[in-house]
Amino acid sequence: MQFIKPDINIDFIGKRKIAFVGSLILIATSIISLTIKGGPRYGIDFAGGTVVQVKFSEEIEPQAVRNALGSMDLGITSIQGFGKKKEHEFLIRAAKSTEALESLASGVKQTLETAYPQNKAEVRRVEMVGPQVGKDLREKALLAMFSALLFIVVYISGRFGLKWMVSIIMASCLFLALFVFTRFGVSIPFLILIAVLVTLTLSFYLKLRFAMGAIVALIHDVVITVGVFSLTNKEFTLPIIAALLTIIGYSLNDTIIVFDRIRENSRKYHRQPYELPINRSINETLSRTLLTSLTTLAVVVALFVLGGGIIHDFAFALIIGVIVGTYSSVYVASPVLIIWHQAMKKPIGKKRQSRR
Amino acid sequence: MRQLKWKLFLVVALVVLALVYVVPSVCSSLPNWWRTLGILPTEKIHLGLDLQGGMHLVLEVQTQKAVENRIERTVQELRDAMKKAGVRYGDLDRVKEIQISVRILNEQNIEAFDKMLDKEFAWLRLVSRTPEDEGVVVRLDLPDQEVKYIKEMASKQAMETIRNRIDQFGVSEPDIRRQGENRILVQLPGIKDPQRAINLIGQTALLEFKLVDEDHVVQEALKGKIPPGDEILYQISEDKVTRRTTKTPFLIQKRTCLTGEYLTDARVQIDSQFGEPYVSMDFDKKGARLFERITEANVKKRLAIVLDGRIYSAPVIQEKISGGEARITGNFTTEEARDLAIVLRAGALPAPVEILEERTVGPSLGRDSIEKGLLSMWVGGILVVLFIVIYYKGAGIIADTALFLNIILIAAGLAFFQATFTLPGMAGVILTIGMAVDANVIIFERIREEVRLGKTPRAAVDAGYARATMTILDANVTTLIAALVLFQFGTGPIKGFAVTLSIGILASLFTAIVITRLIFDYLVFQRRIRRLSI
Repeated sequence: MQFIKPDINIDFIGKRKIAFVGSLILIATSIISLTIKGGPRYGIDFAGGTVVQVKFSEEIEPQAVRNALGSMDLGITSIQGFGKKKEHEFLIRAAKSTEALESLASGVKQTLETAYPQNKAEVRRVEMVGPQVGKDLREKALLAMFSALLFIVVYISGRFGLKWMVSIIMASCLFLALFVFTRFGVSIPFLILIAVLVTLTLSFYLKLRFAMGAIVALIHDVVITVGVFSLTNKEFTLPIIAALLTIIGYSLNDTIIVFDRIRENSRKYHRQPYELPINRSINETLSRTLLTSLTTLAVVVALFVLGGGIIHDFAFALIIGVIVGTYSSVYVASPVLIIWHQAMKKPIGKKRQSRR
Repeated sequence: MRQLKWKLFLVVALVVLALVYVVPSVCSSLPNWWRTLGILPTEKIHLGLDLQGGMHLVLEVQTQKAVENRIERTVQELRDAMKKAGVRYGDLDRVKEIQISVRILNEQNIEAFDKMLDKEFAWLRLVSRTPEDEGVVVRLDLPDQEVKYIKEMASKQAMETIRNRIDQFGVSEPDIRRQGENRILVQLPGIKDPQRAINLIGQTALLEFKLVDEDHVVQEALKGKIPPGDEILYQISEDKVTRRTTKTPFLIQKRTCLTGEYLTDARVQIDSQFGEPYVSMDFDKKGARLFERITEANVKKRLAIVLDGRIYSAPVIQEKISGGEARITGNFTTEEARDLAIVLRAGALPAPVEILEERTVGPSLGRDSIEKGLLSMWVGGILVVLFIVIYYKGAGIIADTALFLNIILIAAGLAFFQATFTLPGMAGVILTIGMAVDANVIIFERIREEVRLGKTPRAAVDAGYARATMTILDANVTTLIAALVLFQFGTGPIKGFAVTLSIGILASLFTAIVITRLIFDYLVFQRRIRRLSI
């Protein structure tokens, strides 16, 4: 069986402008949403606060829970149903993180039991994160994203451009810049922005075109995923960072396989215009791209539907990531190579011929 | 082919080894011969707190408080020393948290004070010395190095004390470790009463014996006229039936007569008269002597037993007490008395602790998570397996075999490295199932291309693997990089995800490249098949 005919030749590259417009709209929407809402909606891992998950033995309205807990001085910000409706579970969020030695859980349990003695409440999960820890985690998470990007750039430019020395020098430059800027107390989001810009410019001047293509694709994927989270008003937690890093890994996986083909085909068709081997490579790997995306999507959707409330958002992020990642390796990463070429204004054919 | 046989042997050996490592996690009880053999693994896959239920706490030791305590004690020592040396002083206090300020009244006293300072308190650092009227105001504090040392020791001791308390409380496999300078990470699997555990761990448990000031009236002091050297502390008693608390103020001398550091033991006993539990304490020799001296000197006066600034009882001393035994009564439940005995035995924390982070998962939620995770793993796995078989037919079966072995290898890897398996880790395994077939897809697509070019099965398999292997390695290294970064940065559950993802990538590389190749080679060389089912 096969979905894709072996001699298929879809003109992906010719449609790249349409794809660019689409991507730009998505990215712009993400950024606008993030700006309006003042950044992602941080969960307690990053913002600090308390979450209590309560399960009732019988059905109960959220309003009833709210009324019962109203008397407690917790600074409750939201009470919402969690998981499937028949499980009668609620997530109680509070801005306050009690640093004193009292457990919120027992207080909540006692209050609920006094209010509804016949409907037994069970505190299934309590998470409390102090503001300082939240801030630490936020910085650590951003730093993790940043270092993942950095290592990947080094690897790709080394592996594809055979420029290990150059890429290592670039990495050291970035680390140095990072060090200097942290000394000046520049905040981490700006650091990342600076680092990304520096990486892109360096890649451009050092002619690390594959690295540039890959990074643009990665930024594309991460921004859109974060944007979707912002649009759907989902919380940004530690597992979501894990999901983002996995998406980075996955999207790159896709991109590299296409790039590998491009490298192979550029040698084969070096007399043709540069667009041809790229489009051909995308077509040749299309079958694999779709198959892997399908199997991965299948398991991630299974996780999303059946995995339960705690893993729900994590699976959601992965679904978005797999879709966007697949799209970007076809429509973003490879076209960037062409743009790079046009910017250099030296078609590869001419360059090779002049060398001969 | 001999080479093929060797490879087959190695792969089979590895799979058997993996199975052996998986057995303890799958079987609920191991047969006896398994244990007696001695060389077989008995470790189960280690479940994270989010799957087995339990409590994760990050505490911060208020090391600054330890420094303040030290200064406070030094103030006391200075006061005693000046009294002994006959130095007259205006006032002596702790200021700016960690400084001592003392006002000496005249020339003569200044001389005596300096002499005493040089002799007994040479380790204090002079901050300032300002002449004032006829006397002088001297400010002293601790050298930086000393402050650093006190802080370091406070963190260290706090961790040891907490470890002691948890050991005595009886939690299986607790994990207690220091994080950074003054943070302590405590993980208690399967804890049932989180509130009780928090009380036990977080209580400073500073036990002090202080004399009640009976020369002044409490009511006067409550209006704001606290006599120098005194403080107001409360006795809080709760009526167990009505749950109402009453607060009784006491005027207490600030000076501490005796602290819990001289305790050798503390036990729960039951009062024979009322049947109420109380905590009985034994002092060591020095403590017993001190206690005897205090009780002797203060017969008919009241001695308050203060724990963390709260008075438990303030009995009147009837007679000199020798033998070094004391008791704390205070309307306890047996549980409370037991926990109090534990904290007293384990000793006081050198400084109070604050909870920075608490994550508690009840055992029922953990079970739910495992069930749901397994269900999605089954469903996702079956979807993938079916899909691959339909798409690649014969070759699909080979890929599915590899996938199956892959899962066994991941489980074995988790058991072997004793990595913590968490809920995100489970998601990692599920994700691996989806992504593991990728390598085979790449190879199979290549082989199909080669077959289309008209190559024989043998040549197609050779060429397919040869050309796909580098691509697969390249593609997986990046995911591995992401996983390693995640491992570096992650806490608990996230680390679990990074570990399973890494193990999963390595295992899938092995199964997809080595094992499927082996099967293909067997089919092509041994069975000499004419047509590949792919």
